[in-house]
Amino acid sequence: MSKLGLITKGLLKENPTFVLVLGMCPTLATTTSAMNGLEMGLATMFVLILSNIVISLISPVVPDKVHIPVYIVVIATFVTVLQLLMQAFVPQVYETLGLFIPLIVVNCIVLGRAEAFASKNSVGDSALDGIGIGIGFTLTLMVIGIVREILGSGSVFGWKFIAGDGILAFVMAPGAFLVLGYLMVLFNKLAKR
Amino acid sequence: MAAVSNLKNMVLSLTLVCLVCSAVLGGVFAVTSAPIKAAEVAKTNASIARVLPAFDSEPVRESISVDGTDYAYYRVPGAGYAVISTVSGFGGPLSLMVGIQEDGMICNTVVLSHSETPGLGAKCQTDASFIDQFKGWDPASKRLAVTKDGGDVDAITASTITSRAYSAAIANAYSVYLIIAGNE
Repeated sequence: MSKLGLITKGLLKENPTFVLVLGMCPTLATTTSAMNGLEMGLATMFVLILSNIVISLISPVVPDKVHIPVYIVVIATFVTVLQLLMQAFVPQVYETLGLFIPLIVVNCIVLGRAEAFASKNSVGDSALDGIGIGIGFTLTLMVIGIVREILGSGSVFGWKFIAGDGILAFVMAPGAFLVLGYLMVLFNKLAKR
Repeated sequence: MAAVSNLKNMVLSLTLVCLVCSAVLGGVFAVTSAPIKAAEVAKTNASIARVLPAFDSEPVRESISVDGTDYAYYRVPGAGYAVISTVSGFGGPLSLMVGIQEDGMICNTVVLSHSETPGLGAKCQTDASFIDQFKGWDPASKRLAVTKDGGDVDAITASTITSRAYSAAIANAYSVYLIIAGNE
């Protein structure tokens, strides 16, 4: 697969949210606004790229029977590093995403890519895979966030263009499922062409 | 490809990975602990500055136990007290900082953390007409309860439970203030 293909497959053919349907918990919970979705996507991408790189480096020397615990320790380390860095330098962002930052550890995308890709491919390719899947995840979360913010609060990235409250259901959990479902249908219809 | 899965290899690789990871975490923690503390202090100071009139003294953190509950508060000489009061709201704990001037009037309130419904109860953080009614509130003459319960607080539309919790948090803070002021 070409280097560019490694990045673009995360956007379309292996889009983590719409095609692989992985990492639904942060997808549904943090996309209440475009900005929250973007921030959550970037946080996940940070962990994804670094854990892919390290796991592709160490996988040749890790005995098969303990590879999952080793990968989880590596991923958890990067998540904690990210958590500390966010607390120190972007406390506001950390406050909005709160609980969902530590939960990146159990995001299936991260362990999934470690298992399915990083452990079998070179360091460079694994880094590109992390970037590609990361961008795919970030963009998808942002799009869901944009739709929910427009319908739910009448604004985009905090810029309000419809006065009033919007349809509150879209800011809450039911709206997350609705928007995700319809976008998934739309995405798969367009992607099949 | 991978090393043989015998006991020695497994123990060795797990131990090594854990050692390296904890070293990395220790390093990052050492680097970030100072900025994290600074960010927390900055946040607290910003909240105190919002709930009390302008002051030039250093806030002193103290705590007091009232009816078995511990309340933390900041004594700001020349301005008053900033009392942290936590009650249970609609979706979980609702934590407020309530600024009470030395004359017993409420200066302002600010939400420190909440888990209220977005778009409904969460408005207690943004709805100016709700928050501003507490500015200059005199608890001695106006009752801290929503109008539905016979008090003087205008609740946020469709968020009576949150408004009730918000009022209760202020009332708690005020009773803590009375005890602090009475002790002096």
